Amino acid sequence: MQVVWDWFRWLYDTTGINLTIFYDAFDRTRFASGFWMTVKLSVICILLSVVIGIIGAGIQRSRYRIPRTVVYWYIQAFRNTPPLVQLYFFYFGLGALLKGVTGPMVTNVTWAIISLSFFAGAFNVEIFRSGIEAVPRTTLEAAESLGFSRLQTYLRIVFPLAFRISLPALNNNLVNLVKTTTLAYAIAVPEMLYVSSQIWSDELNVPVMMNVLLVAYFVLVGILVWIMHRWEKAIRVPGFGV
Amino acid sequence: MMDRPAVNKSPTQRERKRSGSDPSRPIVDVADVHQAFGSVEVLKGVSMIVRKGGVVCIIGPSGSGKSTLLRCINGLVPIQSGSIRVADFEVHQLRTDKEKIALRKEVSMVFQQYNLFPHKTALENVMMAPIHVLHEERNEVRERAVALLTKVGLAQKRDSYPGELSGGQQQRVAIARSLAMRPEVMLFDEVTAALDPETVKEVLNTIRELAREGMTCILVTHEMRFAREIADEVLFTDGGKIVEAGPPAELFDRPRMERTKAFLSQVL
Repeated sequence: MQVVWDWFRWLYDTTGINLTIFYDAFDRTRFASGFWMTVKLSVICILLSVVIGIIGAGIQRSRYRIPRTVVYWYIQAFRNTPPLVQLYFFYFGLGALLKGVTGPMVTNVTWAIISLSFFAGAFNVEIFRSGIEAVPRTTLEAAESLGFSRLQTYLRIVFPLAFRISLPALNNNLVNLVKTTTLAYAIAVPEMLYVSSQIWSDELNVPVMMNVLLVAYFVLVGILVWIMHRWEKAIRVPGFGV
Repeated sequence: MMDRPAVNKSPTQRERKRSGSDPSRPIVDVADVHQAFGSVEVLKGVSMIVRKGGVVCIIGPSGSGKSTLLRCINGLVPIQSGSIRVADFEVHQLRTDKEKIALRKEVSMVFQQYNLFPHKTALENVMMAPIHVLHEERNEVRERAVALLTKVGLAQKRDSYPGELSGGQQQRVAIARSLAMRPEVMLFDEVTAALDPETVKEVLNTIRELAREGMTCILVTHEMRFAREIADEVLFTDGGKIVEAGPPAELFDRPRMERTKAFLSQVL
């Protein structure tokens, strides 16, 4: 490994391209931890936002009006406001208010996860809802006539179909979510953008770090898209045109 | 779900049992049913009875309420007044999922558009309801499902998805799926209307075989020749009413009502 690090030092000496995140042990650790924080934020928020989407879309099918209205206003609130404002609201607004209740256990990282999950979750509800609406009414009638309960129909028939229909739109939203994790920078979550800014302040290698960031996010999102496409293929049903 | 008008309490378990023991009682009894979607009245006082093992064909122009009548018998659509009894169930009084599931064991429906579950194989489509609704044992259901697919001539297609099957094949899987619930009554709602002429035959053969085995069938159909062949009774509906009813030979050859004559002269 040392050979690689030395090569980057040589690169700096000969070309001036200063990648301290490789040859400097301190920066290397900093950047790696930022990278992993971004991965962690992304994975947790993706999972939570999908769960929120599934539950929200399920509630929208409810025969009761109050839960439907709650979900409706949740979507409106999170879709019509900027994610950065939401983040500030959770961390500085709600976080400060709840300090007495929650204690210091709820950190800025937790608030970022909560905020971003609800942000992406609002879009996921809409995405799943459009998938659900694409399931033909007659298929539901068949399920009803076979005696499936509403919940069984949703879990066994509507959702599996709606999910397949929703996947392409879901991909887009999850890609957006990964990119939006950079906003956590604003509440000092030590994710990739945050640590990079610390590094370029210390090393004065701003242009180089900008390029590093671009490549890093390109690769991260590329991996997500690749996984999602594999998944789309794996659950594709022969003859079920989507 | 739309709200149903309040009606008297459903009969107790014992009452059901007692009344069900009379073998001469018709298995389906529809009495003066009125049904409306909003302000549009679709059924305007329809009455019919079907005896066990009977085959009744309902014919008539589009929009005459044929399909709606089947949906009412199956409890998919609520009625405004009148009564519908299938076996021991007062269909118009069933409210909860649990009550309705009991009805689903008695009466099963096949649709014009097949309505198979596209993400499940043919075999899984047949197995789903007995396993998840009736909570029957998987291996036993599987055996029965394979037997049913064999019966409709599709044993070799058991692992195909609906999207890989022709319309006629899908419809036969749908019939097998309904039969898997071991119903007393089968409802067929224009099951050949969406099929190309060549595959109509294979579906009709399946239904013919069922009727011969003594399955009680109610069919809404435009296949007049088929209706004439298998029906014990043919009902002609128009404008939400049953205009004329009788054995096929009578209704087709010597219709009494002008409206029936006019309709038959168009389609025969």
